Amino acid sequence: MASSKISIMVISGTLERLQMAAMVASVGAVSGDEVIVFLSMNALPYFIKGHAANAPVEGEFGKTMEGKNVPLFKDLFHKAVELGEAKIYPCSMAMDVLGAKPGDLEPYLAESLGLTKFLSDAAGSQVWTF
Amino acid sequence: MAEKKVIDARGTFCPGPLMELIANMKLINVGDELEVLSTDKGTASDVPEWVNKVGHQMVSTTEENGVWHIVVRKAK
Repeated sequence: MASSKISIMVISGTLERLQMAAMVASVGAVSGDEVIVFLSMNALPYFIKGHAANAPVEGEFGKTMEGKNVPLFKDLFHKAVELGEAKIYPCSMAMDVLGAKPGDLEPYLAESLGLTKFLSDAAGSQVWTF
Repeated sequence: MAEKKVIDARGTFCPGPLMELIANMKLINVGDELEVLSTDKGTASDVPEWVNKVGHQMVSTTEENGVWHIVVRKAK
């Protein structure tokens, strides 16, 4: 199967959505697809060093998932970069709103990106939003 | 001589076993095999799909008492 490009926009701060986004990013990246992730809105704070990683759940499934040995979404995003060379970009607008500096973020994130550049990079690819 | 290493990923859920397999795949030599033990049924179909996509070789998939034994050979 030919490899393709996957663009993932993550703006939610709930466990189920962060988990699914991380699964798509990691499995896509390790399967030879080019993966780019854009983190903004409620998703970005989880990638600030020292921020709590336990996201609130949306529903019953999330509650059940919390009690199981499911890989943590942050670990999966990290593996997407480490094993699959995914690029995870923090949104520059969200960085400004949070008053965050590049050094405040997890080291496996790429440099911040504006929406215009992300849209241009995502052109023609599979686009997923969470 | 080709070696076989066992990865015990029992008790973890998708995509944990697949990620364990891939992380270990980077550490072994071409021709060596990895056997993943998984209690997550999806792994038994996800691993062959991944192997076919990236060009390694499936050796076998068997299930014993709720544990899948998935053996993969590094081909490149």
